Amino acid sequence: MIELTINGAAKQFPQPLSVTQLISELELAGKRVAIERNGEIVPRSQFDAVALASGDRLEIVVAVGGG
Amino acid sequence: MDNLNIAGRDYASRLLVGTGKYKDFNETRLAVEASGAEIVTVAIRRTNLGQDASQPSLLDALPPSKYTYLPNTAGCYTADEAVRTLRLARELLDGHDLVKLEVLGDPKSLYPNVVETIKAAEILIKEGFKVMVYTSDDPIIAKQLEQMGCVAVMPLASLIGSGMGILNPWNLQIIINEARVPVIVDAGVGTASDAAIAMELGCAGVLMNTAIAGAQNPVLMASAMNKAVQAGREAFLAGRMPKKIYTASPSSPTSGVIGS
Repeated sequence: MIELTINGAAKQFPQPLSVTQLISELELAGKRVAIERNGEIVPRSQFDAVALASGDRLEIVVAVGGG
Repeated sequence: MDNLNIAGRDYASRLLVGTGKYKDFNETRLAVEASGAEIVTVAIRRTNLGQDASQPSLLDALPPSKYTYLPNTAGCYTADEAVRTLRLARELLDGHDLVKLEVLGDPKSLYPNVVETIKAAEILIKEGFKVMVYTSDDPIIAKQLEQMGCVAVMPLASLIGSGMGILNPWNLQIIINEARVPVIVDAGVGTASDAAIAMELGCAGVLMNTAIAGAQNPVLMASAMNKAVQAGREAFLAGRMPKKIYTASPSSPTSGVIGS
């Protein structure tokens, strides 16, 4: 079991997963998002390759209306 | 063609608009269309987890293929937050690196923290971003930001969302006189005449959000702003007549007036 902090909230997953798998778990597939993991950008091209580990802190962001 | 040139790219419209504070995405779309703007600012925020991914998004209302998205760092109070936000924004927008940097100093007045802004600008420029920087109307800071490599300088007219219009046209004039990059007034515009005045002073463009979204009829105000920016620009290019008290220069002939 691994624990990730996503957008400030702790979440548990039964086993390690890739970023792509996480996006699918969170029902974000098909949505335009950007991800920062432990302070570093995860490029979209590496979503399959990056294996998330317990303790990882993620920011998952989108564009919204703003001035 | 009198295009606005930012970082080597031409834009026909000198009006840039924000996408916040609208009633819904349909109003956003109609207002932005009426404004004629080609560049729209967006904020970068945590996605709502558990939200239905099929819900419409801003990108559906304003396709990135049609508009130039300018991600901002609204809500950032430190250089670190702003830099992280724009790195995420660049990834989000497929490597697009034209960005708006703003670092605020106070959540009540929303006045910019120019010290943190300068720190952030230095890092971002080094990382290859093309930085359009929101700043105060301090001419020395504005010039310093330009010399560091910002592609546009964006001094406030007045406080964000205040609608007070241009509070210090003299500072703005100094900034414009000394600038070698586009000067785009950003923040505090309230109505059409404010935008026209900014353009008459010689600004390259105007950026606004609340002036349109906060109007009683945003779509109509967007149309007004479209015209105001164009009118102000033409007046600037036309070269206004001087202001003087005693002209002895009526517009009608002085001879041949009927009399005794």
